[in-house]
Amino acid sequence: MVDFLNALVALSNFVLIPAIAYGSQLALGALGVTLIYGILRFSNFAHGDTMAFGAMITVLITWWMQSVGINLGPLPTALLALPFGILGCMALVLFTDRVVYKFYREQKAKPVILVIVSMGVMFIMNGLVRFIIGPGDQKFADGERFLISAREFKQLTGLREGLAIKTTQCLTVVVAIVCVTLLFWFLNKTRTGKSMRAYSDNEDLALLSGINPERVVMYTWLIVATLATVAGVLYGLDKTFKPFIYFQLLLPIFASAIVGGLGNPLGAIAGGFVIAFSEVTVTYAWKKVLKYLLPENLEPSSLVQLLSTDYKFAVSFVILLIVLLFKPTGLFKGKSV
Amino acid sequence: MSEMMKNTALFALVAALILITGFYQSWNSAIFILNMGLISAVMAIGVNLQWGFAGLFNVGIMGFVALGGLAVVLIAEVPTPGAWTSGGVGVIMALILGAMTIVAATVLNKMMQPGRSRTLIMLAILIGGFFLFRAVFDPAVSGIEKINPAAQGNIGGLGLPVLLAWPAGGLLAAGAAWLIGKTALGLRSDYLAIATLGIAEIIIAVMKNEDWLARGVKNVIGLPRPLPNEIDLQNDPGFVESAASLGLDPVTASTLYVKLGYSVLFTVVLLVLLWMAQMALKSPWGRMMRAIRDNEVAARAMGKDVTKRHLQIFVLGSAICGVAGAMMTTLDGQLTPGTYQPLRFTFLIWVMVIVGGSGNNFGAVLGAMLIWFLWVQVEPMGLFFMELITSGMADDSDLKKHLIDSAAHMRLLTMGVILLLVLRFSPRGLIPEK
Repeated sequence: MVDFLNALVALSNFVLIPAIAYGSQLALGALGVTLIYGILRFSNFAHGDTMAFGAMITVLITWWMQSVGINLGPLPTALLALPFGILGCMALVLFTDRVVYKFYREQKAKPVILVIVSMGVMFIMNGLVRFIIGPGDQKFADGERFLISAREFKQLTGLREGLAIKTTQCLTVVVAIVCVTLLFWFLNKTRTGKSMRAYSDNEDLALLSGINPERVVMYTWLIVATLATVAGVLYGLDKTFKPFIYFQLLLPIFASAIVGGLGNPLGAIAGGFVIAFSEVTVTYAWKKVLKYLLPENLEPSSLVQLLSTDYKFAVSFVILLIVLLFKPTGLFKGKSV
Repeated sequence: MSEMMKNTALFALVAALILITGFYQSWNSAIFILNMGLISAVMAIGVNLQWGFAGLFNVGIMGFVALGGLAVVLIAEVPTPGAWTSGGVGVIMALILGAMTIVAATVLNKMMQPGRSRTLIMLAILIGGFFLFRAVFDPAVSGIEKINPAAQGNIGGLGLPVLLAWPAGGLLAAGAAWLIGKTALGLRSDYLAIATLGIAEIIIAVMKNEDWLARGVKNVIGLPRPLPNEIDLQNDPGFVESAASLGLDPVTASTLYVKLGYSVLFTVVLLVLLWMAQMALKSPWGRMMRAIRDNEVAARAMGKDVTKRHLQIFVLGSAICGVAGAMMTTLDGQLTPGTYQPLRFTFLIWVMVIVGGSGNNFGAVLGAMLIWFLWVQVEPMGLFFMELITSGMADDSDLKKHLIDSAAHMRLLTMGVILLLVLRFSPRGLIPEK
């Protein structure tokens, strides 16, 4: 029985909790991608760098707050700076939309042209972030590091395995739940949200019913900027802020959105967790858990790691491919252009 | 005729830019720009084949370029003594086992009716196959990696002449492209883009982690070269004498000689590929490709096998990128998987093709040379610009220091701005498709 508990604790510590936190971050990112796909009808390659930009503004404001002594006690100061980051990111994406995307929308350009345009935006945003904050790692997390540390947990329960819950992991999940609840309330209950869904379902019909497309597009960008900044800041708090990492997050985020069904917000969340859990379980060394569960003579000699951690991209990609081949619209019904 | 004039003028402009670099900076850096520009031009031809001719949105160029680089190691590197006996055979066996598992799963998928029993058998095959694969693969790999790990520890090459590695790189990339195309080409443009983006990352991950293959992030250095070493030239009295007669010191003369030698080799490859691409464009095959690109449904209705043609051109274009990758690794003389980054090896090539003019081979070549020149030169230009605008600030000002330190990141910004400007005001590129 104690062995079973130990195994359970080890599993939670190394697999469940990190995967839930990572899944929430991916889900927030994928929601942004999926909203743009649903309303503006293209895959936004600049999304990773939008996340980086919003997170960067937050980091800068956090540093300023730390320097003048504003803090949230046990919670990271970044939470206070987050609204400013969101505002900065909103300003950037609205500016980009006005200067860049609007022209192609009016031309009714093919989606693939918009994807190439978003490649250009990606270059600019990436350059901008590196220009302002530099390409290196930046530390901005403060406050209490652990909600419960491994040592405290061991003393409390007397088990051999420790369970550590980082404040940032807990925060990630809470913030993600709040964001998703607000988003779904907005999409389902408010007038603007309903018109967004109508526009996404059938553009012509929505236009006929007098929905103003520019307004819908503007609200979409505002929501996307919010989600991207929140996702970027949470990821930065939980792991590290490095501009290049956000660019690399693009792949798992797209994988999440597609696995769930592009254009479907519920799917994006499910997809985020599917990708996160597969990445973590496939690259985790299971020896630690198995040694409690199996009888002593069967104890594995190797690490029982299916793939080395560097192959986590491969995991999200293989899942993506399997879903595309067997269920092209994703787990939840997405749309196709 | 005026169009011809304009195009010639554009090429002359690029040539002039490179010459100016030669006169005002150094001939070494001018020829470096020229050499990498030629390689980029080869990549751009490959991408133009896929995007310009057939409308395939491939953002996995980096992967094929890296495979070309891998081919150089596998073909030209000296063989590692004992690698084949201590594990090489085992690795090959394991790879065959892995391939058989996947083939078995695909056959099963086709043969059996969908249902729970199919899923279960499928899972059993895949999981069993995976563990069998690891059981054969892991000992073989550790056997290879034990051999002289400080300098080798990899399977080694065949010791063949390095120029053979160029077509081999093309073949390796073509093989990978065939596999990828078989699975991913049925996808819509957006999905294909994301699929290829992912595959490129996986190829790089494999090259970084499979140390038995090409030493992973430990890098392979000192690859064989098709041209003599500079140091040998400097010790050759005949060469020193002829350098002196040109008024050059032996060191400069030898580096220039070797670099120009590469330029000649690359130019030959570029011209051959350009000629082939032009022929393909004008042929009935090229017209069919453009017909498919412009209206897939109509082409299908005319009895064209769209899927097969897409696969064909995907393989061809990727092979060209593989050749370019092999050329680049030969020029560098080393394979460093850590340096492959999508911004540099995928998206920059896309900027080249779009700016040059998608659908036009000469446009792709021009775009490649021009964008590569800018990519190299924007950094010093940005530094100069930053020094100009910060000249009024105090020397110890943090802002000034930050601006000058960040000047290096101007190049990404510039590339993005160029791409957006071209897309907006001249969407067909500098030399548009006819």
